[in-house]
Amino acid sequence: MREPHAVRRQIGVVFQAPSLDVKLTVRENMRHQGHLYGLSGAALEQRIDEMLGRVAMRDRADARVETLSGGMRRRVDLGKGLLHRPALVLLDEPTTGLDPGARLDLWEYVREARARDGLSVLITTHLMEDAERCDRLLIIDRGRIVALDTPDVLRDSVGGDVIVARTRAPLELAAKVRERFSQEVSVVDGMLRIRRPRGHEFVPMLFDAFPGQIEAVSVGKPTLEDVFIQRTGHRLWDGES
Amino acid sequence: MMRPMDTLIRPTLTLWQREIVRFYRQRSRIIGALATPVLFWLLLGSGFAESFRPAGTEGVGYAEYFYPGTIVLVVLFTAIFSTISVIEDRREGFLQAVLVAPVARSTVVLGKILGGTTLALGQALLLLAAAPLLGLRLGLLDLALAVAILFVVAFALTTLGFLIAWRMESTQGFHAIMNLVLIPMWLLSGAFFPAAGAAPWLRGLMLLNPLTYGVAALRRCLYAGTATVGADVPALALSLLVTCAFAVLTFLAARALASRPLDVGLA
Repeated sequence: MREPHAVRRQIGVVFQAPSLDVKLTVRENMRHQGHLYGLSGAALEQRIDEMLGRVAMRDRADARVETLSGGMRRRVDLGKGLLHRPALVLLDEPTTGLDPGARLDLWEYVREARARDGLSVLITTHLMEDAERCDRLLIIDRGRIVALDTPDVLRDSVGGDVIVARTRAPLELAAKVRERFSQEVSVVDGMLRIRRPRGHEFVPMLFDAFPGQIEAVSVGKPTLEDVFIQRTGHRLWDGES
Repeated sequence: MMRPMDTLIRPTLTLWQREIVRFYRQRSRIIGALATPVLFWLLLGSGFAESFRPAGTEGVGYAEYFYPGTIVLVVLFTAIFSTISVIEDRREGFLQAVLVAPVARSTVVLGKILGGTTLALGQALLLLAAAPLLGLRLGLLDLALAVAILFVVAFALTTLGFLIAWRMESTQGFHAIMNLVLIPMWLLSGAFFPAAGAAPWLRGLMLLNPLTYGVAALRRCLYAGTATVGADVPALALSLLVTCAFAVLTFLAARALASRPLDVGLA
């Protein structure tokens, strides 16, 4: 790279753990960041106010970061990463450790920044809800790229229906289903996951074959989880996208 | 094209300022770094006063002999505590945001080290203010020289702490190095006992120790022209030269180390 600093100025990074100095106030952290990115003076102060307003942290601007909750810190950190108006922002597992409300808020800020500033966002996540929100999705399994497309195309590529069944002994039942129907079965989060065409016809066969062993069942279109299982061959949830 | 004010000076200043602000928000650090050496000085200074008369200190009270060494110990403690924060910065994630910012590594290093240097110098000056209590009358020039010497010593020791802390993953590891390297370095600097009475191998170590020259420069400056200096203390010019070289070399090493890509902390 011939001009690494020029490139860095175009990129904002929000790390998995907030990169704030807890002994400094919110505003001091923001000011510090601005100074590192060549911003200063009244223009910087104005931009800090604007950014803190956007992440709803303006009223806590003079609080020390150590007094803030995890969700608040994440918001400040996001504002800090966007302070210099980068063209591209990298979000490393941005929703990890956030409660559902804070998670929705974060996505709202990201959506707004994309709409307003034409910001590009690159995120890493292991949560399918996060992955659903992306325009393009890249799945990496043990260092290899196993899929790259829009979530819709990836979901359609799986094909058929997905039957999810709840049972007391999932591993046991999975083995029995495999044996009885020569059917591929995975177990995710303690639930059986069966992919096959015309899923609604398979449900009665399941109940007939294993009476009393299935507590609940649902039939639906494949989700990104199914894409992940199909592309990586993982039966259990031990990977990361 | 960005101006140097934006790319060099302000980033350095902001990193420097952060060190100062953090320090004054952690009051225990101020007390720890200043009170411990003063306590040593009072206890050892009066404890040794009549019991031991080391060679090379005839006609000099031990408290007087020990005074420059105490100041250097204050510098050492403050420098060490401020560079330990490098490890905390990495663990808490603050450092990674600084490292991805569009500033040169030498700026990051300089800001951090100048911060620690300023704190160490400030604490040392507090102790230097006690000089009149020892009957020391310092002229303005002597005082300016003493401040300059302390600045260079503070810079060198902070940089040394930085060098040790940069790759270190835990503060416990840093404490181990501190006890194994930094404290003996201070003990063998002529701060605590003169080289004159030491065994030859120890004297050799003391001559090789760069801190010996920092302490010697300060001693020669504070006690210029009096018997308190002691005959075997290195000359002022040599002491200044070695101390400055020590500061420059450690900084170059720190800059080189910090410019190498890191394999920890960044995903």
